[in-house]
Amino acid sequence: MAVQKKKQPRRSNTIKLKFDTSWTYAPAPESRSVAQIAPEYDLFINGTWQKPSSGEYFDTINPADEKVLSRVAAANEKDVDKAVSAARQAYDKVWRRMPAKERAKYIFRIARMIQEKARELAVIESLDGGKPIRESRDFDVPAAANHFFYYAGWADKLEYAFPNRQCSPLGVAGQIIPWNFPLLMAAWKIAPALATGNTVVLKPAETTPLTALKLAAILQEADLPPGVVNILTGAGATGAAIVNHPDINKIAFTGSTEVGKLIQRAIAGTPKKATLELGGKAANIIFEDAPIDQAVEGVINGIFFNQGHVCCAGSRLYVQESVAAEVIRKLKHRIETLIVGDPLDKNTDIGAINSRQQLDTIHRYLAIGKKEGAEMYESSCALPRKGFFCRPTIFTNVAQSNRIAQEEIFGPVLAILTFRTDDEVIEKANNTPYGLSAGVWTDKGSKIFNMTKRLRAGVVWANTFNKFDPTSPFGGYKESGYGREGGLHGLLPYLSLR
Amino acid sequence: MPATGSSRSSSSKTEPRLSFSLSPHIDQVGVEERASRFTTRSIKKEAKQNGLRLVLNMIDLTTLEGKDSEGKVKQLCYKAMHPHDALPGLPTVAAVCVYPSLVRTARQALGNSGIKVASVATAFPSGQAPRDIKLRDTRYAVNEGADEIDMVISRGKFHAGEYNFVFDEIAAIKEACGEARLKVILETGELGTYDKVRRASDIAMHAGADFIKTSTGKIQPAATMPVTLVMLEAIRDYYFKTGRMVGMKPAGGISKSKLALHYLVMVKEVLGEAWLSNEWFRFGASSLANDVLMQLVKEQTGIYQSSNYFSVD
Repeated sequence: MAVQKKKQPRRSNTIKLKFDTSWTYAPAPESRSVAQIAPEYDLFINGTWQKPSSGEYFDTINPADEKVLSRVAAANEKDVDKAVSAARQAYDKVWRRMPAKERAKYIFRIARMIQEKARELAVIESLDGGKPIRESRDFDVPAAANHFFYYAGWADKLEYAFPNRQCSPLGVAGQIIPWNFPLLMAAWKIAPALATGNTVVLKPAETTPLTALKLAAILQEADLPPGVVNILTGAGATGAAIVNHPDINKIAFTGSTEVGKLIQRAIAGTPKKATLELGGKAANIIFEDAPIDQAVEGVINGIFFNQGHVCCAGSRLYVQESVAAEVIRKLKHRIETLIVGDPLDKNTDIGAINSRQQLDTIHRYLAIGKKEGAEMYESSCALPRKGFFCRPTIFTNVAQSNRIAQEEIFGPVLAILTFRTDDEVIEKANNTPYGLSAGVWTDKGSKIFNMTKRLRAGVVWANTFNKFDPTSPFGGYKESGYGREGGLHGLLPYLSLR
Repeated sequence: MPATGSSRSSSSKTEPRLSFSLSPHIDQVGVEERASRFTTRSIKKEAKQNGLRLVLNMIDLTTLEGKDSEGKVKQLCYKAMHPHDALPGLPTVAAVCVYPSLVRTARQALGNSGIKVASVATAFPSGQAPRDIKLRDTRYAVNEGADEIDMVISRGKFHAGEYNFVFDEIAAIKEACGEARLKVILETGELGTYDKVRRASDIAMHAGADFIKTSTGKIQPAATMPVTLVMLEAIRDYYFKTGRMVGMKPAGGISKSKLALHYLVMVKEVLGEAWLSNEWFRFGASSLANDVLMQLVKEQTGIYQSSNYFSVD
C-alpha cells in the first residue's frame, strides 16, 4: 500500500484503459423455470386453438443455443380465410356494437394481465428472440403493457380525439409484425385496433412466434369475445395470404422495405388502407459542443440496443471533425465494456442475433465494409461457441458512397462519418432513401430546433436516442413507410372520419 | 480545452487565464441515466465476495467530529487493522481519516500496519480561512505524520468565477504537502450542477490533485453515483490528455455494501483495472465497513448476524 511514484507516460494518444479486470461478474442467469412453453402450438382462431389445415408445423429455436423451443403451426390460405371470417363475424356481431367503455375494459384487462405475467413473457421473449433479459424485462414487456393501457384510455374518448368528426372503425385489420420486438409490436398493432373497434388477424414473425401465442392465451383468459383477435403463425406465404384476402379492410405492417413494397403493389387498386413501418438508416449527429460522454453513451444505446435489430437504430454516426478523434476513442473504449453472451444473464448487454440468416447478412456487410476500404474495429470480447453472436463493431473512415453507410444492416454495426458544417451534415443525413429517425447532440438549444426542422425523419431525438412512449407517434418518411403508430395519431389509421 | 492558457483578448494586459469555463458540459438526464445503468449489474456469489473484500480494502475509515479524542481514534485504528477478527484473512482498510490534531495519535496506533493516516486540513469543512492559515494547517498535519491530506476548495471563490484563485490555492497546498498525497474535496453538494462538478474536477487535477473527492460529509447531498461518474469521466479525460492517473474518493452517504458494489461496477466500467485498488479509489465512510463485514460473514455462513456481533468504534 505504499504510495508508488510510478513513471507514467506523458501526453500519449495511444493510452488504452484495460477493462479485462481481475474483478469479474459471476454468471447471473434468470431462471427458465418460470417460462411455460408447450411442445406444440396451434393457430388461435375464433377464440380457440385450431389445427392448421395443412397439418404442417415448423420449429422455433433459441438463437443463443440453436435448440428447438417448440413447434408452431403453419397457417395457409384456408386458415387465413377461417381467421378473417371469424374476425368479420366478431366485428359485425360483437365488437363494433359494444359500447366503447366496455371495449376499454377488455383492453385494460389485457394490459393488467401482461403485467402479471411480465416475468414469464420476458424470459420467453429472450429465449425465442435472443435479446438480453435486461431489455425484455425493463423495456419490451412493460412498454407492451403501457401501450394497451394507453389505448384503453382512448376507446371511449374518440370524439374528443377528433372533435366535430364522426369516427367509425374500418373492419378487419390484417397485421404482420417483425421479429425484433415481438410482443411489443403485437401490442402496437392490436391495442389501437381494438380501441377503435376493429377486429384483428395478426401474424407474428416466423422466428419469434412464442410471445404472441402467449398473448393469445392471455386474450383467452381475459374473455375477449371469440374472433376479435386471431393469431396465425407462419412464414411469408401466410403474410401474403392475409394481405391478399379480399375481406381485409386494413393492413398494418412492420418489417423490411422490400416486403413493404410488395404489400403496396399487392393492395394497389383495392380499397384496403395500409400503414407501413419499414427500414431505416438513422443519422446520429454529434456536434463539437455536445456533452461528449453522454453523446457517446447515446450512440452506444442507439446502435447496440437489441443487437442493432431496431428499425430506428442510429446506424450512421456523423461526428463533427474537431471532436471525431475523441468520440471514436471513447466509443472504442465503451464497446470493450459491453457484455456479449447468454441473453438470459442479467448482466448481458448484447444477446444473440435473431437468426442464422440475419447473422449471415451482418457478416456479409462486415465483408463489404472492409472491402470498401473502411476501417473495422470490433470488441475484443469472446463469443459463445454455440448460437448466433456478433461482436459490437464500428467502422471508421466511412464515405457517404459506401454501402455500409447507405443500406440497413440491422445488426450491431456502426458506420462513422465526419462533417464540418451544419449544412453539410443536414445534406448528408437526409441523403438516404430512408427517413425513420435521427438524433442530434448539442448543448445549444437553438441548434436543436434548427436541425430538427430540417431533418427529414419521422422521429428526431435531441440529446437522447431510442426513447419510446405510447403517447408519442412513431413512423417514417420516404422508404421508411407511412402512417403513424402511437399517440393520438396512432388512432387515425384505424378509423374513417366523416 | 481547459488546460490551455488563453486570454480573453490578446490586447488585454491581464495575466493569461486558464479557461476552465470551457470544461466539457454535462447533460443531466444522460449522466443520471448512465449512472443508474450501473446499478442493474447483478453481483452475486464470488463476484460479491471479491467485490466486498475490495471495498473493505478501499475504505478510509473516518471520524471527523468535535468530540473526537485520542481514545476514540485509538479504537478506530484498532478496527482499521482488525476489521473483524472472527473472520480471519480479511484485508485491512486503506486509511484512517482524522483531524490534524489527532494525526500523531493515529500514526502511533497504526504503527507499521501499512494503513495510511489521512488528515483533513485547510480549515475543513468550510475552507473559510486565509491561505496562510490553510497552509499552516496542512504543514502541521504533514509534520504530525499524515500520509494524505484531504483539503477543501474555496467554494465561494469558485462560484464567483475566480478559478485562478481556486487553482493557485490547490497548487500551493499541494506544494505544502511535500510527499503526502493530496485529495481535493470539491464539496459537490454545494456546487449545484454537474457542469460545475466537472469544472471543479478539471481545476483540481490540473492544479496537482492526487485524488479528487466529492464531499466533506458535512453537507447534503454528499456523494451520489452521477456526481461520481462525472468525476470519473473527468479523470479519464485528464489521463488521456496527460498520462497522469488521478484517484477518486466518493465520501459521505455510502453506508451499504450494495451501493458500494455499484460504485465499484462504475469504476470497473469507466476506468478499468488500473483504478481498481485502494491506490486509486477510496470510499470515505464510517459505517460502511460494518455493513461490508456483515455481508461477508453472511456469504461465508449463509446467515445474517445481528449488528451486535460487529464492533462499533
